[in-house]
Amino acid sequence: MTTLLLAEHDHASLKDVTTKALTAAAQLGAPVDVLVAGENARGAAEAAAKLSGVAKVLLADAPAYAHDLAEPLAALVRSLAPGYDAFVAPATSRFKNVMPRVAALLDVMQISEIIKVVAPDTFERPIYAGNAIQTVKSRDAKKVITVRSSTFAATGEGGSAPVEAVAAAADPGLSSFVGERVARNNRPELASARVIVSGGRGMRSSANFTKYIEPLADRLGAGVGASRAAVDSGFAPNDWQVGQTGKVVAPELYIAIGISGAIQHLAGMKDSKVIVAINKDADAPIFQVADYGLVADLYEAVPELTEELGKLGR
Amino acid sequence: MKILVPVKRVVDFNVQIRVKSDGSGVDIAKAKMSMNPFDEIAIEEALRLQEAGKASEVVLVSIGPAQAAETIRTGLSMGADRGILVRSEAPVEPLAVAKILKAVVEEEGPGLIILGKQAIDDDSNQTGQMLAGLLGWAQATFASKLEVDGAYFKVTREIDGGLQTVRLKAPAIVTTDLRLNEPRYASLPNIMKAKKKPIVERAAELYGVDLAPRLEVLRTTEPPGRKAGVKVKDVAELVSRLRNEAGVI
Ligand SMILES: Cc1cc2nc3c(=O)[nH]c(=O)nc-3n(C[C@H](O)[C@H](O)[C@H](O)COP(=O)(O)OP(=O)(O)OC[C@H]3O[C@@H](n4cnc5c(N)ncnc54)[C@H](O)[C@@H]3O)c2cc1C
Ligand SMILES: Cc1cc2nc3c(=O)[nH]c(=O)nc-3n(C[C@H](O)[C@H](O)[C@H](O)COP(=O)(O)OP(=O)(O)OC[C@H]3O[C@@H](n4cnc5c(N)ncnc54)[C@H](O)[C@@H]3O)c2cc1C
Repeated sequence: MTTLLLAEHDHASLKDVTTKALTAAAQLGAPVDVLVAGENARGAAEAAAKLSGVAKVLLADAPAYAHDLAEPLAALVRSLAPGYDAFVAPATSRFKNVMPRVAALLDVMQISEIIKVVAPDTFERPIYAGNAIQTVKSRDAKKVITVRSSTFAATGEGGSAPVEAVAAAADPGLSSFVGERVARNNRPELASARVIVSGGRGMRSSANFTKYIEPLADRLGAGVGASRAAVDSGFAPNDWQVGQTGKVVAPELYIAIGISGAIQHLAGMKDSKVIVAINKDADAPIFQVADYGLVADLYEAVPELTEELGKLGR
Repeated sequence: MKILVPVKRVVDFNVQIRVKSDGSGVDIAKAKMSMNPFDEIAIEEALRLQEAGKASEVVLVSIGPAQAAETIRTGLSMGADRGILVRSEAPVEPLAVAKILKAVVEEEGPGLIILGKQAIDDDSNQTGQMLAGLLGWAQATFASKLEVDGAYFKVTREIDGGLQTVRLKAPAIVTTDLRLNEPRYASLPNIMKAKKKPIVERAAELYGVDLAPRLEVLRTTEPPGRKAGVKVKDVAELVSRLRNEAGVI
C-alpha cells in the first residue's frame, strides 16, 4: 500500500528535516504521500509537491492545526489511517509529541528515531544515548516511525505531485494554545546547519555567549548550540541544547567550546563529520572524539579564532 | 486531586554501558541502577503541588522486576505516599506499559499523571503520549512549567524553536523536561518514614494486557567508534588544518 509522511513546516514553507525523512520513507519501498497539516499552509504543501518521488500531497488546512497541538493532529492521522500502512515523521518536538499518540490509537508500537531502514519492517535505532544500536523488526501490520533526520540525506526537487485538500478531523477539544516564545534570528537551525558552534559551562554567562560564541558563529554562518549545563545555568535558551535529551545534530563541522564531553552531550554530536574541541583541561573527554583539539583558555582562543577566520575573508 | 507518577528503573546515567560481543544485548548485569532522572523530576513536581495544597496524594507505579520496588522506595523517600509495583520479569514495551498504566488509572482515578519525557536506557519517548491516546486525555510533553488553574492545567513546553504554553482540560498527562525543577534529596527522617509506606505488588498478567513484544530485537551492536584526532598547538594550526586538511572552512 502507501506510506504517509508527515511534513514538518512553518505553514509558509517546508523544513529541511522533511526532505530527509522523505528519504527514509521512500526506502520502505511503497509510494509516499505527504501530509501537510497546518493553517494557511498551502506554501508548505506546494513545496512538498515539488519533492522528488512524492505521489500526492494531502493538505489539511484548519485552525486546529495552527499550533502543533497533539490531540487534533493525532485524530487527523487516525482518520487517514485506513489508506496507509506506514506513518513516518521526522523526530522533531512536534512529532515526538504526536506520533506515540497516533501509535497508541492504532494499537501499534512506535519505532523511535530510526537511523537506518534495513528492510520495510526492520530498522536500526540507537539506545543508551547512542552507545548501542538495536536492530528491531516490527510485527505490527501498520508501522509508526520517527526518523533521526541527521542520518539521512535530503531528497531533492524534481516532482510535481497533485495537492489534495483533506477535511479536518473532529477536534477532541482537550487542549488549547496559550502562547509561545520562539526566537527569531537569521542563524541556521541546528537541525540543518552545516556548521555548529556550541558553548558549555566554561562560558560562565549568557553575556559571554554573546561576546565569544555568537561572533564566531556569525563568521562561519553557523548555528549555535549549548550543553545542558549551559542551558540549566541560564547561559543559553533551552532549544540550543545538544545531546541525548536535546537535539541530535550531525553538521560538517562542530566546534565544542568549554564543554567537557559527557556521554549525554556526545550522544547529540558524535556523528558530526569534523569535531573541534577547545578546552583548557587536556584530559577532558571531549578530546577523545575530537578530530582537532586545542588545549587553551577559550577566552583567548575564541577571539583569536574569530579574527583568523576574518583574515581568510569569512 | 490524586497524582500518579510512573517511575522506571534504569541503568544509572553515569554508567558507560557495554554491548555484548555476541550481539544479544547490553550487559547491565552488574551495572548500578537508579530511577530514571526524568521520573525524579516528575515526583518532585507532584510533591510541590501537594505541598501547595493542590494535590491530596502522590502515588508511584513501576512496571518491572522485583528490584523495581527499590526505585519506588526511593520515590517514597522523597515524600510520595505509596507505591504500586506491577511485576514483570521480561522487559515490557512502552505500548504495553501504557496499557497497564491505563488499567491502574482506571482503578486509582488520578486527576493528573506526570511521567518522564523519556527513559534514558531505551530513549523511546513514547509512554506518556501513548497513555494519553489510550485514555483520550489531553497531553503536554516536555514540560518546563506546570500550573494548576481550576479544572485546567497550564503547561509550558520545551519545543524545537523555544517555548510553547498550552492549557489542558483535566484530567491530563504531563511529561517532564529537564528544566521543570531540581529534584530534592531524600532526608534521613524521610528515608526512615518511607520504610513503612505501603507498596502493593501485582503480577502484570493480572491486568489482562497483551505483553507480547511487537518489536523483535534482532541484534544489538556497538556504534562505529570515533578515534581521537590530533591536538593542535595553536589557533593558527587549527585554522590551517580545518582549511587545508579537513576542507570544512
Ligand atoms: C538525564 C540527563 C540528561 C542529560 N542530557 C544532556 C543533554 O542532552 N546534553 C548535554 O549536553 N548534557 C546532558 N546531560 C548533562 C551531562 O551529564 C553533563 O552534566 C553536561 O553535558 C556538562 O556540560 P558541560 O560540558 O558544559 O559542563 P562541565 O562538565 O562542567 O564542563 C565544562 C568544561 O569547560 C571547560 N572550561 C572551563 N573554563 C574554561 C576556559 N576558560 N577555557 C576553556 N575551557 C574551559 C572545563 O575544563 C570543562 O571541561 C544530561 C544529564 C542527565 C542526568
Ligand atoms: C536490558 C534491557 C533489555 C531490553 N530488551 C528488550 C527486548 O528484548 N524487547 C523489547 O521490546 N524491549 C526491550 N527492552 C526495552 C524495555 O522494555 C523498555 O523499558 C520499554 O521499551 C520502555 O521504553 P522506554 O523506557 O524508553 O519508554 P519511554 O517512553 O522513554 O519512558 C518514558 C516514561 O514512561 C514511564 N515508564 C516507562 N516504562 C515504565 C515502567 N516500566 N514502569 C513505570 N513507568 C514507566 C516513565 O515515567 C518514563 O520516564 C529492554 C530494556 C532493557 C533495559
